[in-house]
Amino acid sequence: MTDLAIISAISIFTAGLTIAIGSLGPALGEGRAAAAAIAAIAQQPDAAPTLSRTLFVSLAMIESTAIYCFVVAMILIFANPFWEAVQAAAVAAG
Amino acid sequence: MQLTPDAVTVFTFYGFEVNATIVNSWIVMALLVGISWLITRNLRADVPPDRWRTTLEVIVKAIEGQIEEVSSHSVRHVLYFAGTLFLFIALSNLLLVVPGFTPPTASLSTTVALTLSVLVAVPIFGIARGGVRRYLRTFIEPSIIMLPFNVIGEFSRGISLAIRLYGNVMSGAVIAAILLSIAPFFFPVLMDMLGLLTGLIQAYIFAILATVYISLATTEADASALVKKPSAREKESSTQQPTSSKEDTP
Repeated sequence: MTDLAIISAISIFTAGLTIAIGSLGPALGEGRAAAAAIAAIAQQPDAAPTLSRTLFVSLAMIESTAIYCFVVAMILIFANPFWEAVQAAAVAAG
Repeated sequence: MQLTPDAVTVFTFYGFEVNATIVNSWIVMALLVGISWLITRNLRADVPPDRWRTTLEVIVKAIEGQIEEVSSHSVRHVLYFAGTLFLFIALSNLLLVVPGFTPPTASLSTTVALTLSVLVAVPIFGIARGGVRRYLRTFIEPSIIMLPFNVIGEFSRGISLAIRLYGNVMSGAVIAAILLSIAPFFFPVLMDMLGLLTGLIQAYIFAILATVYISLATTEADASALVKKPSAREKESSTQQPTSSKEDTP
């Protein structure tokens, strides 16, 4: 395989792996957080506004780890620096 | 596929390439300033409030209420800062329903700029509240060993704030573009509706996290002032001799 083929294969594989593993953990964590918040709202319906606000903030903070993985996957696929360097070298070589 | 509106050059002005991020930020700012100016144009006590002014008052009071719930005191200055952040991010995220408009928050430059303003505002509010010495003391708070971790925490806080907003808005745009090539009409509309929801939530989160960081920097100063009462006098004396070596005591 050429250098470009190897780099693109590894990049695509790693991007899939990144988003797969990276969404696994936050999904479990968000499920636990949502379950705890629902249990708390069922126990204390009066505190529902505060609980849901805290839930939203904490969900977004948990979710940000998945977002980091998404950003890394997007960089690997669409803005891969190694791919561009090899491509530029290939163009320069003719 | 484009990941960021930075790559799109709208026009060139005397050699400067003005890209879509800058132009869209100008549009958002012009909308915010223009609408606010139009509504508050004749803001006098003898003019009864019309529906637009009431709408603005509802928005401002809602933001003020949220900030009051998070931080316990001195809402006013935080309201100006965090409310502006919220309105800017919310409007630019909501404008993604306009065809051809890429939200400026889908560019890492914009979110890093907003985050830098937060990172500058936190020490300013903290110092304005309790003085330079007390703000710097929060970095060695449990003990002097925690100093590098506190410094790293300050920066990682900023990085996470910037990447979170950028990633959320950018992922919405990218997923809509991918679905547009797979299932042309229906699913992109659904994803845009989801994008509206996450855009508002992310604007809320950005503003609320900025408020939390500011109130952390200010309330720690207040709490230490409550616990150690004579420390105010100590601080006055320490301003006369600023190189006192008593800050190693935990």
